[in-house]
Amino acid sequence: MKQHHVFSTLKLMAATILGIGLLSGCSQSAGNGGNSAALADDVASQVYVPPGEYDEFYAFMSGGFSGQVSVYGLPSGRMLKVIPVFSLDAEKGYGFNEETKPMLETSHGFIPWDDAHHPELSQTNGETDGRWLFINGNNTPRIARIDLTTFETAEIIEIPNSGGNHSSPFTTENTEYVVAGTRFGVPYPQQDVAIDSYAEKFKGTLSFISVDPEEGEMDLAFQVLLPAYDYDLAHSGKGKSHGWTFFTTYNTEEKSTLLEVNASQNDKDFIAAINWKKAEEYIAQGKFQEIPAQYAHNTYNEHTHMATSEMKETVRVLLPEECPGLVYFLPTPKSPHGVDVDPTGEYIVGNGKLSADMAVHSFSKVLEAIENESFETIIDGIPVLKYDEILAGIVEKPGLGPLHTEFDGKGNAYTTYFISSEIVKWKVETQEVLDRVPTYYSVGHLMIPGGDSRKPDGKYMVALNKITKDRYLPTGPELTHSAQLYDISGEKMKMLLDFPTIGEPHYAQGIAASKVMPNSKKFYPIEENEHPYRTLGEKDTRVERDGNIVHVYMTTIRSHFAPDNIEGIKVGDKVYFHVTNLEQDWDVPHGLAIMGANNAELLIMPGQTETLLWEPDRVGVYPFYCTDFCSALHQEMQGYVRVSPQSSDIELSWRLGEDEPVQ
Amino acid sequence: MKYLPRLLMALGIIGLLLLFFFPMWKIILYAPQYPDGVEMHIYIDKIGGNSPGVLQNVNILNHYVGMKYIDPDAIPELQYFPYIIGALILLGAGALLWNRAPGYLIWTLLLIILGTIGMYDFYLWEYDYGHNLSPTAPIKIPGASFQPPLLGTKDILNFVAKSLPHIGGYGYGLAILMGGSAWWTRKKQ
Repeated sequence: MKQHHVFSTLKLMAATILGIGLLSGCSQSAGNGGNSAALADDVASQVYVPPGEYDEFYAFMSGGFSGQVSVYGLPSGRMLKVIPVFSLDAEKGYGFNEETKPMLETSHGFIPWDDAHHPELSQTNGETDGRWLFINGNNTPRIARIDLTTFETAEIIEIPNSGGNHSSPFTTENTEYVVAGTRFGVPYPQQDVAIDSYAEKFKGTLSFISVDPEEGEMDLAFQVLLPAYDYDLAHSGKGKSHGWTFFTTYNTEEKSTLLEVNASQNDKDFIAAINWKKAEEYIAQGKFQEIPAQYAHNTYNEHTHMATSEMKETVRVLLPEECPGLVYFLPTPKSPHGVDVDPTGEYIVGNGKLSADMAVHSFSKVLEAIENESFETIIDGIPVLKYDEILAGIVEKPGLGPLHTEFDGKGNAYTTYFISSEIVKWKVETQEVLDRVPTYYSVGHLMIPGGDSRKPDGKYMVALNKITKDRYLPTGPELTHSAQLYDISGEKMKMLLDFPTIGEPHYAQGIAASKVMPNSKKFYPIEENEHPYRTLGEKDTRVERDGNIVHVYMTTIRSHFAPDNIEGIKVGDKVYFHVTNLEQDWDVPHGLAIMGANNAELLIMPGQTETLLWEPDRVGVYPFYCTDFCSALHQEMQGYVRVSPQSSDIELSWRLGEDEPVQ
Repeated sequence: MKYLPRLLMALGIIGLLLLFFFPMWKIILYAPQYPDGVEMHIYIDKIGGNSPGVLQNVNILNHYVGMKYIDPDAIPELQYFPYIIGALILLGAGALLWNRAPGYLIWTLLLIILGTIGMYDFYLWEYDYGHNLSPTAPIKIPGASFQPPLLGTKDILNFVAKSLPHIGGYGYGLAILMGGSAWWTRKKQ
């Protein structure tokens, strides 16, 4: 999903409004002419990171519909890496080699793609700690965990009873949980029913996935069963509101067709406030239902260099009717998109996408209203608090189409306005508008490093734009999305830079490089390699046949494969090249590509073992070679496999050179 | 001070003991692709580096120009060096107990002589590695020598090679200095 359906309409509206020039407070001229005037003279030096020097921040941007995560440096906007997460990546062999195939297993089988929306850094005491990055898969609901010592996907867990895992994977203050909320109501349990039975048969679940504090391993701790609203986004409380997680809803109308109209009728939808500490009590008391559910849990082991996929069978579900005090609804205008909690934990901003004003709730008032049982009504056992009693204030007519808010740690909030294509800075306590800047164009999320944590680094802000139109050299009908960097250290926001991104930079997280860089691994120690098909030295290289299965125990080291001549392979064999990269030096990966392979290359990090399956379909002698320019003799790093007819009686043989091996 | 010679000698023995815990020598190779340098450590009984894999990396670099594979098992010195150092420590202890100036002097001279032989031996190994090149080397540079410096810095093709004592080596130097001082102070008494 590139955008929500409703945005398409809003885009048209925006174009119309911009076209007739009626929009006040948004006086930028469209196109490239507008920005040169907006840029002050010293801007170039503010984003210039001299060759050989490091950026101050890492930015992790979701690839959106690319399914991956891209890593950028800030303030330069230089791309450092694309981390494959939910989609196949032939470049790295991700999902193609035997080791990573299980990472993409689900209860629906192997899924080669997903739509990755919200990266979320792990936190300790409400501060980003640089250990892990979580990201949601929207389409086939999943959450992935990326290890920030290796910058590789370490784990993926599927979320059952969910459809469109959008309000995910926002973390709690100490990464006790990352959450997952279903954007689309689905029959509960999944079954063959009329779509018209939506309001009766469909449900929405909010999931809490616990994270092991040492190893990071995820486990679906429990789900809360709610009405079939669309649970759009989430954020957990912090400080005084630690222990609560807030989810926005739309489609409280519970419609299943023409949602752009039908789900936009109620003046107020809800923010669902979940008291997860209370949930833990109910779980401890056994007040949950153990429900059958099939969901995959895939983990990558850094020592065996292999992923394994396990199918889970049940999930614990909490019902609000049976668990008083677990869930409250906070009425919020209108189809709120993001829900953002300020660094103190007191203010809960409901970014009412279709509302002219923006409501800010007070957590203290929420607690008071609960204490006084000041409820407007009760829906399915869930008390709805009185809007007027929980409101801290209103940001009046700040812009059109508010989506997301982040904070600078200095008492200010920054909210994106998709329709009016701008970011508005306002004071959290007084809700007074302080400044506004244009974005090019149609900003969705924004990111301030630590901007959704207790300790924001309020120096830079990144706008993540859905549309670029005329901003860059055209590339045919499909244009890049973009990120725009602003200086927010002063009173006025100042645009510094914009740069293209991969896929859709849906949301991003930023973190001081000093929190991540020291832990970055240089290579995998070969003595810790526990891959079942590892080869720890050239003397152990060999080729073994078991029926039509052939295992090649191969090694790489600058600048040769061992063995590099193999004979005795037959048409119809399944040949597994288990390649161990014997290098123990930084930045010396080797690759393996073999003619006619129906998958991809291998790209093997030093100390790692990876496996390529090759199924030769015709007689001949076929070359293989190293794909990663490894050394001065990289072009010589090549070899041959002889493939004989099935009936042939040529014995398996292999060699490296005529003399003794180099090593 | 009555106990000064013995104290100095004890320090000298501690200097030698350092050789069992720290490398005696280091050779560092710098190149643009190796900004942190490849730092090889020579111990009395093994060859290591500032990170695991250094010896392998040095051998990988060396093989392009046909230098011999450095195999610690093929260097007999690494087998018997610990015994020599052990014997020197025992002799030093004997000299300390005996506490006569000639004892300290003989011990110090022995250290100097063995140290000089050791350095000459090190030079021979370096010469052998630097000159005894494989005829099938992928890269051949007529007239080039790849012998690292005995002490100090030298340019070798794209590398800058540095050869310096490590803690153990300084410990050996300290032992000579302390042995000499013990002899001198004992003589003055």
